[in-house]
Amino acid sequence: MATKIYVPCDTTALSMGADEVARLIEYHAGQKGVEIEIVRNGSRGLFWLEPLVEIETATGRIGYGPVEPDEVPGLVAAGLFDARSDHPLYLGSVADIPYLKRQQRLTFARIGITDPLSIADYRALGGFEGLGKALAMTPQAIVDEVKTSGLRGRGGAAFPTGIKWQTVYDEPGQQQKYIVCNADEGDSGTFADRLAMECDPYMLIEGMAIAGLAVGATQGFIYLRSEYPVAHSILEEAISRAESEGFLGANIRGSGQAFHLEVRLAAGAYICGEETSLLESLEGKRGLVRAKPPLPAIKGLFGQPTVVNNVLSFAAVPFILDQGGQAYADYGMGKSRGTLAIQLAGNIRQGGLIELAFGVSLKEILEDFGGGTFTGRPMKAVQVGGPLMAYMPHSQWDTPMDYEAFAKLGAGIGHGGVVVFDDTVDMGAQARFAMEFCTVESCGKCTPCRIGSVRGVEVIDRIRAGENPDANLVLLEELCETMVDGSLCAMGGMTPFPVQSVMKHFPEDLTA
Amino acid sequence: MHMAEQINQPPVASRGAATGDWTPDMIREEVVALKHKPGALLPILHAVQNRVGYIPEGAVAIIAEALQQTRAEVHGVISFYHHFRTHPVGSKVIHVCRAEACQAMGGRDLEAHIKSRLGVDYHGTTADNEFTLEPVYCLGNCACAPSIRVNDNIHGRMTPQKFDRLADKLTTATLEIR
Repeated sequence: MATKIYVPCDTTALSMGADEVARLIEYHAGQKGVEIEIVRNGSRGLFWLEPLVEIETATGRIGYGPVEPDEVPGLVAAGLFDARSDHPLYLGSVADIPYLKRQQRLTFARIGITDPLSIADYRALGGFEGLGKALAMTPQAIVDEVKTSGLRGRGGAAFPTGIKWQTVYDEPGQQQKYIVCNADEGDSGTFADRLAMECDPYMLIEGMAIAGLAVGATQGFIYLRSEYPVAHSILEEAISRAESEGFLGANIRGSGQAFHLEVRLAAGAYICGEETSLLESLEGKRGLVRAKPPLPAIKGLFGQPTVVNNVLSFAAVPFILDQGGQAYADYGMGKSRGTLAIQLAGNIRQGGLIELAFGVSLKEILEDFGGGTFTGRPMKAVQVGGPLMAYMPHSQWDTPMDYEAFAKLGAGIGHGGVVVFDDTVDMGAQARFAMEFCTVESCGKCTPCRIGSVRGVEVIDRIRAGENPDANLVLLEELCETMVDGSLCAMGGMTPFPVQSVMKHFPEDLTA
Repeated sequence: MHMAEQINQPPVASRGAATGDWTPDMIREEVVALKHKPGALLPILHAVQNRVGYIPEGAVAIIAEALQQTRAEVHGVISFYHHFRTHPVGSKVIHVCRAEACQAMGGRDLEAHIKSRLGVDYHGTTADNEFTLEPVYCLGNCACAPSIRVNDNIHGRMTPQKFDRLADKLTTATLEIR
């Protein structure tokens, strides 16, 4: 009986040498004449431990990490193949690591446990149950279930998903409708979409197929960033296997209902994460944003009614259909129902994916999970929700993770990224970067964003050089207001948020 | 089971393909294979760049004609997206992440080091045609920052010293023996 040894295959594990680790383990097993079977599982999302090698034992899966290639010979000598504990990288039972044990994994229940491409693994842990139930329901009942769940768009805009689906469902039938997945996860500090696609691709496929059944759409597209090559190859393979098993295609599981799915590769434009820009790009055009209305739900891809949702919104759907909307709504606080995929990143000792019900405080995430900064220095600022969101000072870290609580502070949860900076950060440089990023990534359609961001960099440079700082600070504030009020979309409309947060909370860094 | 062996690799972006030679027929092949798709332009541009290494100027007219668009429209799409290149690149394309999570982990110093070590700025190619340097805003590896991408391989927790070792290895390793 070959011993199963798990070596993850997601981007982070690969970036730390997982392929080489797998090769070396195989080599040493051969040398010792030990029979092993290496499984390339997904990642558990405990990224500071990657590559996290697991070995199956009678009492569960035992972990070692981080196992970089150089560590393998020593680990083998210390008894890896017998799951022995006398090694500094020994972690014991992986399921009992507190970071993992404290989480409430509804969406990410399977990641790191399964081989991402194994349909058998997926089904063994509840996969395709939701789709099976949806096939037996009326479209309106599926939409109602999503409404009951209270799910709000996890891409960052937090619009109620059920309402969006209802709008598309209510558009007359007998016309082509589309399901579009926004997998253009461009915010720095976010990787939950990538993790879902690389470690549990069938969950996204299932969620999109259910959406198709709900609104009467027979064609779906996953608009995937070109920066995610690993996710791309895994998704392509997963779609092809799902088709051959009848979970996608002209006749889903013999129901007579059709849903086709195709991955479309983006081309490195941050703005294409904005839904209307994304639709233009899918149509083969420059990614210029569209004015709304009309909403994509009414006039979307190729002018047809279209559901556009983030990866995580679709990924939450199989659970909702399988366990019922109420089971999902039982988690969370206020109007933020269900769980949030928090992605802890930047200068942090223990970065990774933390799925918890809404309501956990930012401080708990930073201290209890993160364990302080990677550099060991004090934390100075945290940017939550990507490059268009505010930098939060120490005084705001008690805030609960809740859409409304963050909005009250002029901050936002966005896609759930949390980027930590230590006390060596120059917040003036961060403010400048916010504007600079906008000059690089603006689509150019509206003036406040296209020109305002360029002027923003110039004004901040003058302030930092000590040229009429008082007058220029007033000018910068006015420029920010113009961009917020006058831009066509969130790119120009929110770029000022990090800048204003620096002006408010870290003014001494701006006028250095 | 060995997943790595089971995946039929689709043509993935920026393979760092061999650059240079192309013929109009090559372009036509890619166009014919994809032009039936709704919104075919981006898939076609990806296919051409994967095949040739970049999108040659001469390809624009061929693509435009096949899709019944103007050359200006096709050119406008190519120039809008950072990913599409109109010039040949080195055998390894290095993307350095410039986004916030990497900045928090010394990304700015790493950027400066890589530029000086290679002797090129962003969008530049080294004289020996080994490396082309490009900026990127997030590789989704933010918990192990700072990160770079070499062709399709992501490298996490990068440091100037690690980069030097990697660059040496990439320059000397003409053959990967597995």
